[in-house]
Amino acid sequence: MNLWRDIKGTFQPFWVTLRYLFKRPVTISYPEQKRTPPPRYRARMILTRDPEGEERCVACHLCSAACPVDCISMQAAEREDGRRQAAWFRINFARCIYCGLCAEACPTMAIQMSPEYELGNRDPLKLVWEKEDLLVDHGGKDPNYHFYRHSGIGVAAPRGGNDDELPPVNIKTNLP
Amino acid sequence: MNDLLLTGLLILIKLGMVLAVLLSMAAYLVLAERKILGRMQRRYGPNRVGFGGMLQPLADLIKLLTKEDFIPAQADKWLFMLAPGLAAVTALLAFAVVPFAPPLEIFGRQLPMVVCDLNVGILYFFGLSSLAVYGVALGGWASNSKYALLGALRAMGQMLSYELAMGLSIVPVILMARSFSLTEIVQAQASAPFALCNPVAFGIFFISALAESKRTPFDLPEAENELVAGYHTEYSGMRFGLFFVGEYLNLVVLGAIITSLFLGGWHGPFLPPIIWFLGKVLAVAFVFIWIRGTLPRLRYDQLMAFGWKILVPLALVNLLVTGGVLLWLGGAS
Repeated sequence: MNLWRDIKGTFQPFWVTLRYLFKRPVTISYPEQKRTPPPRYRARMILTRDPEGEERCVACHLCSAACPVDCISMQAAEREDGRRQAAWFRINFARCIYCGLCAEACPTMAIQMSPEYELGNRDPLKLVWEKEDLLVDHGGKDPNYHFYRHSGIGVAAPRGGNDDELPPVNIKTNLP
Repeated sequence: MNDLLLTGLLILIKLGMVLAVLLSMAAYLVLAERKILGRMQRRYGPNRVGFGGMLQPLADLIKLLTKEDFIPAQADKWLFMLAPGLAAVTALLAFAVVPFAPPLEIFGRQLPMVVCDLNVGILYFFGLSSLAVYGVALGGWASNSKYALLGALRAMGQMLSYELAMGLSIVPVILMARSFSLTEIVQAQASAPFALCNPVAFGIFFISALAESKRTPFDLPEAENELVAGYHTEYSGMRFGLFFVGEYLNLVVLGAIITSLFLGGWHGPFLPPIIWFLGKVLAVAFVFIWIRGTLPRLRYDQLMAFGWKILVPLALVNLLVTGGVLLWLGGAS
């Protein structure tokens, strides 16, 4: 009985490989045919804008702190209206491992992963992307989210002026 | 004088054609193997160079020729340089005794379609196939590397366990054909190929040929996941290329030998003999590739046990039975 099983196990695979020889390959010829990745595919990062068209990034450095390979660097700056922004923002894609921890860490949903995966290049320096290259003119995966409409220190809206905020408490009313 | 010149010229043309066909067959077998294995694994295989990858062997050749020819510091330099040549040359030489078509009439003279019709052709083939192991063994020894040495050791042990069964499986063929010459063996198969008359000998020889060609399931000397690349771990550039070409030449030669010994050589209906011969060789090569795409590698002791405990006794019994039957038939007639 065991011998029969062994013989069957030796000759059955030949039929499998012969059948597979005439099946269509499941691979695609990459440079000619391209696979469209799903919209939430995690390839290169983008910097998104809020619904008002302003940059979402507030240069909090959380993404560069979360980055395991230290490929994100930036310089924080403040605009005249009190809004924080990155003076410059740089991602070295030659070093990036596309883990998505930066997008997870981002409190304002500014940095997000995009499905664009074709970054191949002969010059590694061309893989260092500046803020202008990274910025896009849409809101990414959650276009309606606006950080300053939920909190903030009276930059986009006056203090307590947002819908889900209470007006500031007059601390002196609680005095005895 | 003129006559002699013409004969010499014809022989040279024949030699050149055999060499060209053999080498290009070896080169394109590499491509065919990669393509067929790819399709068996549901991918395309090489298809970038030329139309459908048809120029891939050329690209590989250019790559191998332009790579650095590296010799390890502690290697035995001369043996290290000699071994790949030995592996390739023995495979080439073994083809010399294989008849690939019936003799041809050109300019009123007979031109035998075999490089050299030795009357002990089979023994010559055996001598060379044993010598081919020296290429592997010396290469592994001279590399001064543990992986190469282990690969060479395995090649030797493997040779010991299959060569005896291989030799014993050919004896029935010699008994049936009453000759050591491959041409006469092929002529003896005009009515029926020996694979049908004696399938056991064919099976044993085929399995031994698999071991001889060092391919799965018997690719122990170059077992990638244990020995890096086995005996040619330390080789680079065209020296590795020679090992590689030798391996595929060996595949062609073994296909040709199997065809001549068991599949009836050039005999076949309707088509010209040379087409039949090439077709049979390619069919055997395809089966070899198919086996590589299907079966996993055996363990080392399994090969030894299989060779000594199953193949050799089976070959001996088969030899005895064939001899008895032939004697009985001969006595009857």
